[in-house]
Amino acid sequence: MWQTVLRRVLLMIPQLILVSILVFMLAQLMPGDPFYGNLNPNSDLATIERMRHAAGLDLPWYEQYIKWVGNVLHGDLGTSYVVNKGWAVTRIIGQRIWPTLSMGIIAAILTYFLAITQALLAARNENKLIDRALMVWNTMTSAVPSIVFYFIMMVLFVYIIPIFPISGTGIDDSQNFTTNFFGNLSYAFLPALTIALFSTNSIFQYLRSNLLDQQAQDYVRTARAKGVQIKDVFRKHILRNAFLPIASGIGYSITGVLGGAIFAETIFGYPGLGALFVQALSGRDYTVITALMLLQGFLALMGGLLSDIISAWVDPRIRVK
Amino acid sequence: MSELVRIENLKVYYPVRSGFFNRITDNIKAVDDVSFTIEAGQTYGLVGESGSGKTTIGKSLVGLENPTSGKILFEGQEVTQIKQKKAINYNKDVQMVFQDSQSSLNPRKTIGEIIAEPLKSFGVPNKIGAGYGGERSFEQSKVDERVLELLDIVGLPARTISQYPFQFSGGQRQRIGVARALATNPRLIVADEPVSALDLSVQAQVLNFMKKIQRDYAISFLFISHDLGVVKYMTNNIAIMHNGRFVELGTTEDIFNDASHIYTKRLLSAIPSLDVSQREAKRVYRKKVEAEFTQHQDTYYQQDGKRLRAYDLQQVTKTHFVALENGGV
Amino acid sequence: MKEKLLDAKDVSVAFKIAGEYQTALHKVNLSINRGEVLALVGESGSGKSTFAMSVMGLHNPEQTQVTGSIKLNDNELIGLTERQFDKYRGVSVGMIFQDPLSSLNPLMKIGDQIAEAITVHDKQSKEVKNRVQQLLLDVGIVDAKRVSQQYPHELSGGMRQRVMIAIALANEPDLIIADEPTTALDATIQAQILDLIKEIQLKKNAGILLITHDLGVVAEMADSVNVMYAGQIVEQASVEELFNNPKHPYTRSLLRADPSDVNPGEDLYAIPGTVPALNDMDHSKDLFLQRVPWLNDEVVNAPVSEELQKVNAQHYVRGNVWKTFEFEEPVNNEEQV
Repeated sequence: MWQTVLRRVLLMIPQLILVSILVFMLAQLMPGDPFYGNLNPNSDLATIERMRHAAGLDLPWYEQYIKWVGNVLHGDLGTSYVVNKGWAVTRIIGQRIWPTLSMGIIAAILTYFLAITQALLAARNENKLIDRALMVWNTMTSAVPSIVFYFIMMVLFVYIIPIFPISGTGIDDSQNFTTNFFGNLSYAFLPALTIALFSTNSIFQYLRSNLLDQQAQDYVRTARAKGVQIKDVFRKHILRNAFLPIASGIGYSITGVLGGAIFAETIFGYPGLGALFVQALSGRDYTVITALMLLQGFLALMGGLLSDIISAWVDPRIRVK
Repeated sequence: MSELVRIENLKVYYPVRSGFFNRITDNIKAVDDVSFTIEAGQTYGLVGESGSGKTTIGKSLVGLENPTSGKILFEGQEVTQIKQKKAINYNKDVQMVFQDSQSSLNPRKTIGEIIAEPLKSFGVPNKIGAGYGGERSFEQSKVDERVLELLDIVGLPARTISQYPFQFSGGQRQRIGVARALATNPRLIVADEPVSALDLSVQAQVLNFMKKIQRDYAISFLFISHDLGVVKYMTNNIAIMHNGRFVELGTTEDIFNDASHIYTKRLLSAIPSLDVSQREAKRVYRKKVEAEFTQHQDTYYQQDGKRLRAYDLQQVTKTHFVALENGGV
Repeated sequence: MKEKLLDAKDVSVAFKIAGEYQTALHKVNLSINRGEVLALVGESGSGKSTFAMSVMGLHNPEQTQVTGSIKLNDNELIGLTERQFDKYRGVSVGMIFQDPLSSLNPLMKIGDQIAEAITVHDKQSKEVKNRVQQLLLDVGIVDAKRVSQQYPHELSGGMRQRVMIAIALANEPDLIIADEPTTALDATIQAQILDLIKEIQLKKNAGILLITHDLGVVAEMADSVNVMYAGQIVEQASVEELFNNPKHPYTRSLLRADPSDVNPGEDLYAIPGTVPALNDMDHSKDLFLQRVPWLNDEVVNAPVSEELQKVNAQHYVRGNVWKTFEFEEPVNNEEQV
């Protein structure tokens, strides 16, 4: 098992190199650059050219790439040109990653919790009113763009019933970790809950139909023949078997933490990595963009590995050799 | 009698990989050095329990499996590897009927299309019969005509042509499978557990009719089955397999009246008999054979790691071969 | 004096299909004594498993109607609530199923699956671990400690079926229902499992309802036999009577279709036609006669008494055709499937 994990981690190195080249090229392909982006009538073109030269942006992309890789290997991801001018990219990401992680993890836990509860309720009452209602609800939340719900929740819980803070992360660099941690929770909870409430659909649908399939399996009949009550058969036998194909997806939800945060963070004024990405993108802040995309690529690879580990852990039939 | 197919020292190994570099560290020996000959127009039974390698032999014969080593010869010509088989259109001469007629028929094709498939790729022979080597036609009208003829032979009505596999029962689908196998005038049909999924009354229909086809068209049959009763009824020659090896080979009489290997005896004693008065006596005998099998393994097997590996076959009579050390003397 | 264990009277089962109830089992009468092996034989769709599921109360109550009376140790089972049924399933009656791989939970250790059968009825039981080990030993698994820590996929087919038997035996039931217990197994393993079931039955003096399509298994195991066709019993006899003196045309046809007893030179008897569909079963007739082409319509369509006709004290047959029934020679095997 651990041998396999180690081999997979080593295999990630060439994959990451490939991703980095791709990311670097894509960033270069975007029209404009950090300096021309700030062009105004008073700008001196010669000054901008000088600044571009100083930043190395006038070199061909592969030369820039080689230089960049050299720096990355020394832990230097460059400095931001626009978002936090002059700050090291590592410092910016280091500051923003915690809010995003805390919100993402809370959102993932809530999503699974809500989806499982709903699927169990629906499957236990197949074709009855509650089942149909849950089906309609989930279809609706996936059909309507999530931004709409984000605004509704925002208005509802921040303005009409003001139980959650307006914006910010509740993290203050001068505080210690525990203070920050608990302070952050009240800020992270509303966006996390909102994401969770409206993204149960795919897990719900999949789990519900798995539960119904598993209900017809022979081992369920065996359990019933032992005299196990139907509700216990669900709890002890059916749920775990039905959850199996979904469990492997948990790893991938890590990958989604960044992407899922972009809208929510912007709308809820929660300055994490998602919001950072939007800012960096509009300012053509190359160094930040490449770093974030590289981070995303890394998370995707980790998600895959984590998924395989989880699958092997919950299903004794999968032996990682 | 003439030799149709000869298998020489056939081995089919599946590699087992392990360790950090995923190197091949061991082999699963599905078929481990097996040789035998199929004569034209004869019937053969290949009997063994699950995991004995009998299906692997069938698959190697029709080209669904590439042997690790050894040779398969068709009328003296080597057809061991799949590409050698393709080169001489070997599959028009050797066809297979599968156990699961549900999954071996394409659900999106009509029965007419399914049976026409081999006719279109190998041509329509002028007449039906094993080994007929004459001209083959690729005309559409000939194909349609032959499909109808084949359906008639397997006892299905003409309207079957435009129907789909799901519209038929297991027994009917097995007939369709045989019609498809028959289309190219094969010399040999390999039937892998063709009746084990069927009810007794339907099984009887399919067996009767396979027997009739075998007789009428002088096709060789290799009948792969775990059911000694069915094999006894269907074939003149039987090979018993265990752990990828032949343990006994002979005519049906040799096997049923003069079984010499303990594994053969064990299989025979396990067949339930319809004679109720004998059941206590049979149970006692079965226990005795079972005890001998567990206690005297070294008489009948070499150790190969944790697996029992049968000795090489030794000739006992003209037709009868047994896997015993030094022929059991 | 034989002690009557299971007594089924006029058991009928109807399934709701497309809004209408279709009869799958029609007025089945049979009884099993303590220490007796009763075989229920028939091809797929004959209703033998439907009967077993009625004894276990495992039909979906919203789509099934079960009528008549099934008494186990004089307690009526038909009409019990789910909760009442839960208390007796696995306690008074244990069941062994056909496919031991799919019948075991793939994610649960063997030991836990056996233990569940005990703890579900006896939550306080402290000896569970020892009892699980003992049960595994009882079914011939010597390596009990290791096996109880394994998962179903790690065992062979024969071992899995032994585990299923251990589960069925967990609370020493009076009645064991074995539904095609060896159909998925190799011949040598089948022999071992049948011997094991026989051994256990003798030791515990339990009654066994053995459901099978395999006449060989019947001859090997049964004391008495009920042959079923299209939801009805057509012949009821002691095992010797049935094989030495079969009467009903269906039983006789089946015996002639079995290749193990037929000379390779002769054709097997292939029963023409198919079992009628559920919505096409007129149970007032002998439904099998439709599949005997040489009988005239009058005989085929004649109404048949619900009572089985007596041949002798150990032998009862449905209808009267058996008195004159002869196979037409030569056997017609060109009929279509």
